[in-house]
Amino acid sequence: MSALQGTRVVELGNESIAWAGKLMGDMGADVILVEAPGGENSRGYAPFADDDEEGESLYFWHYNTSKRSVVLDLEKAAAKEAFLALVASADVLIESEAPGRLAALGLDYADLVRVKPDLIHVSVTPFGRETSRRDEPATDLTLIAGGGPAWSCGYDDHSIPPIRGGGNQGYQTASHYAVMSALTALFHHGVTGEGQFIDVSMHAAANVTTEMASYMWLVEGETVLRQTGRHAMPMMTMPVQIQCKDGRYATTGMPPRTPAGFGSLYDWLDELGLVPQLPEAIFLDNARHRESIGFADIGVDDEVTAAFAAARDALQLIAENSTADGFFEGAQKINITVGAILSPEEAYENDHFVARGYQVEVDHPERDAPVRYPGAPYKLPASPWRISRRAPALGEHAAEVFGPLGIDAAALAEAR
Amino acid sequence: MTQHDPPPTRNGHVAPNGTALGTVRICDFTGQLAGAGATKWLAAFGAEVIRIEDPVNQGMWDVLRNMPPFVDDRRGPDFGGGFNNHNVEKRGITLNLRTDRGKEILTEIIAKSDVVSENYAAGVLAKWGFGWDRLREIREDMIYVSNCGFGHEGPYAAYKTWGPIVQAMSGLTFTSGMPDREPAGWGYSYMDHTGGMYMALAILFALIHKQRTGEGQWVDLSCTDAGLSLNGPAILDWTVNGRPSRRDGSPEGNRSSSPPMAPHGIYECAGDDDWVSIACRGDEDWGVLADLIGEPWAKDERWRTLAGRVASQDELDEKITGWTKTRDKFEIQQNAIGKGVPTAAVQKPEERIEHDPGTTEFGLWPEVEHAKMGRVRVDGLPAHFSKTDWKIEQGGPCVGQHTDEVLSSLLGYDADEIARLHEEGIV
Repeated sequence: MSALQGTRVVELGNESIAWAGKLMGDMGADVILVEAPGGENSRGYAPFADDDEEGESLYFWHYNTSKRSVVLDLEKAAAKEAFLALVASADVLIESEAPGRLAALGLDYADLVRVKPDLIHVSVTPFGRETSRRDEPATDLTLIAGGGPAWSCGYDDHSIPPIRGGGNQGYQTASHYAVMSALTALFHHGVTGEGQFIDVSMHAAANVTTEMASYMWLVEGETVLRQTGRHAMPMMTMPVQIQCKDGRYATTGMPPRTPAGFGSLYDWLDELGLVPQLPEAIFLDNARHRESIGFADIGVDDEVTAAFAAARDALQLIAENSTADGFFEGAQKINITVGAILSPEEAYENDHFVARGYQVEVDHPERDAPVRYPGAPYKLPASPWRISRRAPALGEHAAEVFGPLGIDAAALAEAR
Repeated sequence: MTQHDPPPTRNGHVAPNGTALGTVRICDFTGQLAGAGATKWLAAFGAEVIRIEDPVNQGMWDVLRNMPPFVDDRRGPDFGGGFNNHNVEKRGITLNLRTDRGKEILTEIIAKSDVVSENYAAGVLAKWGFGWDRLREIREDMIYVSNCGFGHEGPYAAYKTWGPIVQAMSGLTFTSGMPDREPAGWGYSYMDHTGGMYMALAILFALIHKQRTGEGQWVDLSCTDAGLSLNGPAILDWTVNGRPSRRDGSPEGNRSSSPPMAPHGIYECAGDDDWVSIACRGDEDWGVLADLIGEPWAKDERWRTLAGRVASQDELDEKITGWTKTRDKFEIQQNAIGKGVPTAAVQKPEERIEHDPGTTEFGLWPEVEHAKMGRVRVDGLPAHFSKTDWKIEQGGPCVGQHTDEVLSSLLGYDADEIARLHEEGIV
């Protein structure tokens, strides 16, 4: 039985919270996506299936699995009635309406608890419901810029702008916090029977998801600086990305940390026939015979300093002479923690992810074959993650959702 | 709850009387951010989180215990600012698991816990004798959540990671950067934060499942699985259309093709490394911005339509930079926001922490009392609950700070026994 089986979630369609609805739907919740008559905006976002711009959005497909769709124009009286009936049948409402809109419609928390006293209402807005910035418009880009992540991301060359990482991560981060909130409140409801209102701020979510950038300031008053492919720090640090023989990049991290580790690195270099190209390799070989080796001795003990410098050069040389995958696997096998910078499809097709069952097929009855989707972000064997259905067509489930609530086709026609 | 509760209100951050997770006890081996971030959320909502640490190495498995930032010149495992940030509201005990007595005490704590959480490399807890089979033997309805870079199964299970490696291996580094340049990646461990969130989600899902069925389980969380999930549309573009993300012109830097917006970018401003982001969602936003710019080029007919703006985006961005780079980023933000165009200065830490009502009015930077550091501000949480809001008041635990308290209050040990355990180096 999925963890949220029997839990109904009403999601007022909005691209910024679609991820939150999917996370709950894929864990078994009955997620009812309430869309305005034109459909949720992201139905029109690229990429499109089979590159047909008049056709269906893969963006929408991804974010709306395991949901059912109904259409309501909440400006209409009949729709309000249907919405109240729907909320009365639900456990959780998640929405991202502009602050004030639901109240103006008579559909805010204070109104909804009259029909559903123990409702969990999760509001997700750019700046929260109650700060003085609440009415400011925002997009994923401006949230990432104003909320801190962009300041820390980019290149050593500061004439290049700070970068927003791909994939609407501002919305996704807010969605993670929204689901953590909903689940926390659901657990509390399970104990006490009590619901509540939850005010999630996307701006706040970005602000507390910047690691050192915030607490370097909070604790030391230090300002971090963006650096290519590595942590923003108060000082510029050494580069970590290397372009490999196949054109792909790898990221190196820490050098070896034990004498044996230095020895293994020498042996790897030797295996690849690269020792002659690195005279300093001798320091790696020497380091293997030491009793211990540590960062603390850099600059104190000349042999140690030379060994760490040689390790760095050795990793660079090996990377330049390997594919990114080969560098990654070779280094990890001798316990040196590095990574290959994979594109999403390269990771998706990678043997490791495939072996973990990460590729899942979702049935699309309208197509000749099932479609491969990203799989489970977590594995809960007793209450499994599962995509229960492909994203819904607009209003596909109106009759089956509203029928049991006593709302018939004529009333629904009035409501859309 | 009555039928007519008043609408929720909040004046700053008010600690609630009730807590959401006050009935939950977690035996916590997590560290760094990818693990500790998960139990921070749970502790702030009232879960009793007991960190188990090694007395021999003074808890330094979590290296953040002695890493910058520091409040002053003091150093050591009780002074790391990052550790404090991620471990507020938790209790910390030391237990020497190399000894049989240490293992016995751990067994007693586990027997009284709903959840065991850890983010060691795969297999470490099992090596100490507390793998899944043993945990389930101690408590049949145990929830065990393990969190590591590649999970406990699969060809890479033995490989090690930290945030930047997870980001590299899950497509997230690749998709952050300017087109046809090396990746810019993430200037922080985005996947330590996010891995911690998925761990919190996994614990909460498992707690709800147990609440409903009485059943426990082992959740094998792999941070790279979670990370790869954050690239969904790109993956479907591959599986359905066969279009790879690794192609000319990709990634798209600060531009947006899904949905298409232009202008959409981060532009240089007057000042020291000052930038402003502008996103025109449609022709209306552009019309307003063009009026605000008020220069003849902004009225160019080509740019009245989205298609026109997208087609000549390089030129458009250049013109906009010409306008922004002599202006103050906050002045641009204020003027454009005032007219309804999404615009935000790229805020430096000081700006968003000290001077931004969007965070300060939310109560986002609570100050905790740390036993040795004193008063320190930390990251708060970005959600407020009307009935069971979070509370962040206690700093992260010093090494072994709550050992005696946990031994006596949770396990009922008397003072003599506790003294003996100290003498024998068990705690």
